Amino acid sequence: MTTTTASTQNPTDGPGPAETPAPIARDAAGSRELTYAESVRETLANLLEADERVFLMGEDIGVYGGAFGVTTGLLERFGRERVRDTPISEIAIVGAGVGAALCGMRPVVELQFSDFVTCAMDQIVNQAAKIHFMLGGAANVPMVIRAPAGSGTGAAAQHSQSLEAWFAHVPGLKVVMPATPADAAGLLRAAVDDPNPVIVLEHKLLYKQKGEVPPDHFVPLGKADVRRRGRDLTIVATSVMVGKSLAAAEELAAEGIEVTVVDPRTIKPLDEATILGEVAATGKALLVQEAPRNAGFVAEIAARIAESETFHSLQAPIVRLCGLDAPMAYAPELEKASVPQVPDIVAAARRLAKGA
Amino acid sequence: MRNLAKDPDVARQALETMWTARRFEEAVDQLFARGLMHGTMHLSIGQEASATGTCLALQPDDLITSTHRGHSHCVAKGADLTRMMAELLAKDSGYCRGRGGSMHIADVATGNLGANGIVGGGIPIAVGAALAQKLTGSGRVVISFFGDGAANEGAFHEAANLAAVWQLPVVFVCENNHYGMSMAADEAFAIENISARAAAYGFPGVTVDGNDVQEVYDMVSAAVERARDGRGPTLVENVTYRWKGHSKSDKNLYRTREEIEAWQERDPIVRFEEAVRAAGALTDAEIQAARQAATEAVRNAIRTANAAPPAPADQNLLLDAVYAEVPA
Repeated sequence: MTTTTASTQNPTDGPGPAETPAPIARDAAGSRELTYAESVRETLANLLEADERVFLMGEDIGVYGGAFGVTTGLLERFGRERVRDTPISEIAIVGAGVGAALCGMRPVVELQFSDFVTCAMDQIVNQAAKIHFMLGGAANVPMVIRAPAGSGTGAAAQHSQSLEAWFAHVPGLKVVMPATPADAAGLLRAAVDDPNPVIVLEHKLLYKQKGEVPPDHFVPLGKADVRRRGRDLTIVATSVMVGKSLAAAEELAAEGIEVTVVDPRTIKPLDEATILGEVAATGKALLVQEAPRNAGFVAEIAARIAESETFHSLQAPIVRLCGLDAPMAYAPELEKASVPQVPDIVAAARRLAKGA
Repeated sequence: MRNLAKDPDVARQALETMWTARRFEEAVDQLFARGLMHGTMHLSIGQEASATGTCLALQPDDLITSTHRGHSHCVAKGADLTRMMAELLAKDSGYCRGRGGSMHIADVATGNLGANGIVGGGIPIAVGAALAQKLTGSGRVVISFFGDGAANEGAFHEAANLAAVWQLPVVFVCENNHYGMSMAADEAFAIENISARAAAYGFPGVTVDGNDVQEVYDMVSAAVERARDGRGPTLVENVTYRWKGHSKSDKNLYRTREEIEAWQERDPIVRFEEAVRAAGALTDAEIQAARQAATEAVRNAIRTANAAPPAPADQNLLLDAVYAEVPA
């Protein structure tokens, strides 16, 4: 849970959040160091301020500030009409978002845990995703669904899943997985700007991570980020696995193995060109995700590599490093054992680098 | 409340709307039987008073969400018959350019946010549309059409509750046609009136003779007025009956011929014609003319729609249609 809030609050706007805003360091270009949660909150505040069509809706996002504190202070600042606490009714929350979006609003809906999409799946899959197409282009659903995803909090099997592949499989949805505070802001701004339904999967373990966030940051959907370049192999990692892969890359560099780390950032649309180019450059691909292996999203990346010209550049079979094909366990050591950790990435990369 | 049968213009409008809906469905039924129409459809013959009485209670810019059995809602809300028919005939000139078919016709320009292939799927969407009206202060009201079957979906309960706690300008119009496909309402509900469920969410519910266009109009008008005044939702249960099967696969194994015939005796259009005649608003010739106008309109729609080119089977066009274009 975050203990600081973004300092965009104007004291004359009304009572602020309970905590005292911490001073925020600024560099020369106007970037500030924010946590991922602060970055999301500040972006939501900016969007609410800039566009009266934007409103927020979700369980406990008001006084409580959201289960992870992301919306802390927004109710006080923007009022009950635009920061709407809802009953525990995921079908109605998402469905109301669809209806409001159809009528020209820009709802940003929060699902308290991404696992709860199971309760709202009709509205996401059968309604939001398909309305533009089914209606022959006569209507749009510019809705954003934010949902905390992933494991690492001891919340066990119904509060820890990584379900991104489900959404990526449905034509009509866009799927975003920000891995840094800057991307959390930039991709959210692009998502709200987009005339289509966008699912933003925020990883719970990232909420406290700090990073530089440029002001009014905007990251277009469908642009991968090459976080690091090395000659020996290419890691393509999503969400929390990006940071773990970068940590692994540091360790590998110490032993002389240089890796490229690519973060797709949006898995739909997918920046296939960047991924294929970076894999072709090293000839080796290690694909890392937290979600279970079977039919997971990196399987799609593996297939794209295998069916493209990049296949001919491969010097070794593609390697996937994924979560176990098992429900997430509760006990901390079991939970850790269920998803790739830094030493696992280091070991897999080392094997792949030396195996050629 | 105005008496629909006494005002010549309104009586003519109501008659023409009901006859147009009926003739449209009859035409679709025949085109399908002759192998000239593809896919499936759900006909609303016998339920015309519900759609017509409800939409007569609306302002032109009020909104509706509809159902899989939605052709009469489209007609009553003012949709273009040619574009409807073109959609069913798989033409590019159809409302959905051949991408939606019978279950997805929408006409945003006339406030029709769309039919829905998922039972109950449109109810939360209607509530969201009503939320948008409240947030923008538009003064518009949203009608959520759904059937008896949908009242047992979780979507109904969640949406009804949300509309109630936020006092949204929405009217829930449940068309109880006695069957959810083959499931009799008697077996699917342990309550006598579906409208009783409104009490659980803290708003009024009323059960209406859904084959009486005047009664539907009166009750929906009151509910719309209440919604427009900011006093929140109402559940109006229009008790009616579908003469035809659920869809093309229906062999009517779950009901008797006698039951169907008994309901045909209560034909909502014939009943209204009698009321108009008794009120003296229209002559027999004028009543006949309204019927004829509907027949002609449907015939013209078929002719024009049929002459249009089919939706092009172009994969790139289909792929381009999935997402709305991101503005530069």
